[in-house]
Amino acid sequence: MESIYLLIPISVILVFGIAFAFWWSVRSGQFDDLEGPGFRVLFDDEPPEKATKASSEINLDKL
Amino acid sequence: MSGTQTTYNDKVVRQFAVMTVIWGIVGMLVGVIIAAQLVWPELNIGPWLHFGRLRPLHTNAVIFAFGGSALFATSYWCVQRTCHTRLWGGLLIPFTFWGWQIIILLAAVTLPLGITTGKEYAELEWPIDILITLVWVSYGLVFFGTIAKRTVSHIYVANWFFGAMIVAVALLHLVNSCEIPVGFLRSYSCYAGVQDAMIQWWYGHNAVGFFLTAGFLGMMYYFVPKQAGRPVYSYRLSVVHFWALIFTYMWAGPHHLHYTALPDWTQSVGMLFSLILLAPSWGGMINGIMTLSGAWHKLRDDPILKFLITSLSFYGMSTFEGPMMSIKTVNALSHYTDWTVGHVHSGALGWVAMVSIGSMYYLLPRVFGKTEMFSTKLVTVHFWIATIGTVLYIASMWIAGVMQGLMWRAVNADGTLAYSFVESVKGSYPFWAIRWLGGVLFLTGMLIMAYNMFKTMAGGNTKDAPVVAPVAHHA
Repeated sequence: MESIYLLIPISVILVFGIAFAFWWSVRSGQFDDLEGPGFRVLFDDEPPEKATKASSEINLDKL
Repeated sequence: MSGTQTTYNDKVVRQFAVMTVIWGIVGMLVGVIIAAQLVWPELNIGPWLHFGRLRPLHTNAVIFAFGGSALFATSYWCVQRTCHTRLWGGLLIPFTFWGWQIIILLAAVTLPLGITTGKEYAELEWPIDILITLVWVSYGLVFFGTIAKRTVSHIYVANWFFGAMIVAVALLHLVNSCEIPVGFLRSYSCYAGVQDAMIQWWYGHNAVGFFLTAGFLGMMYYFVPKQAGRPVYSYRLSVVHFWALIFTYMWAGPHHLHYTALPDWTQSVGMLFSLILLAPSWGGMINGIMTLSGAWHKLRDDPILKFLITSLSFYGMSTFEGPMMSIKTVNALSHYTDWTVGHVHSGALGWVAMVSIGSMYYLLPRVFGKTEMFSTKLVTVHFWIATIGTVLYIASMWIAGVMQGLMWRAVNADGTLAYSFVESVKGSYPFWAIRWLGGVLFLTGMLIMAYNMFKTMAGGNTKDAPVVAPVAHHA
């Protein structure tokens, strides 16, 4: 099973790579806010003033 | 940022979006032709238009030309909007577009000529493989370069999916396409025998997992919330979905090689990982669909949302079916039958094509300076035609597949086979005709889309939109 000698090391290196990416993203605060980004993406094509108004409407909508 | 007049690079998005529709028509037309060849064998004309040569052309055209263009268009749009910055990369950006188109044209020429490596979904010969590598690395540079110059600190979850897709496909392509040239248009794989088969399906399944799943999930996580006007059901779950999916996907490949020369334990590991995959897949599917929770009425009159939500339902269906089919006892019945073909198309038509079509209907008016498509009614017509076509396709393949599996394994009391192979071919005939009809319907939908697209393009303006400053963290 020589192909395994190639695929297993590749996968192990990859898992370390993914683990590093995960470690980096936790450390750099990517997951500090797990609610806001979902809302902010809705206003990425509107100027900020309008978006802030619209987002408060959405929040009211949720209540 | 505010006050400066930088714009988004929408030109490349526009180019890829239009080509998505064009290549969709081409790829699906070839699909309809080969489906017809199975029903009417006399349509196999000459060596160049024979089923065996057109089939890889179909798969390459729909996966890499149609699906690939959709991924380029949506990822370039999404990364710019969510990072609030213009695409980075200068000349690399047009190179990814023109390079990708040249690769597609080269595939359309070489495959009918019989120039192929014979590796499924990686048929293109070594000079084209090198060009793919160059374009893909440029794509990675443009995408991650844009992430690097983002003006907000958070990287939206869709970009994680797109990014994982780019990295994984680069790795898969480099390992699987390792080949020794023995001439300008001829090469041999670096691997042989069962090793080659294992590498091939490690590639093949992860191409499905990363190109056709992770990339299109990125599309889903951006365009479903945008079209619904609501945040994704649970942003937290989307992050969990991402990490769970990429940590577990890599090892599902051996389920393509059940009951072959591959060692038994490797097959079982492949089966186990395939079963594990059900969890993250369904987590993502539920997350996408539940985005509409409390606003289901939006589905009633928004055909774009219909496309997106139906695509998620098919995603749920095929990611349930897939793990089931990877169970060795089920696979003993389903393998080599049309059930597999039906499963693939439940994912390809139902999930990949529908989520791409929905996203294109969102993008097309916007990249031509309009607010909506020329005709919303035609989008609705497209939706129903495409859905009926998909259902006809997969239902006929289920029936044909299970029938074939049962006929092949049936034995008489004395241990001899109950049916000859050609009897199963004869039995499949009506279902192949229904499959062809399903394909014709799906293609018709794409033609309607093209008409709608050209009408939307007419008189549109192609001015780049100014970069929008990020919303301040209020509250």
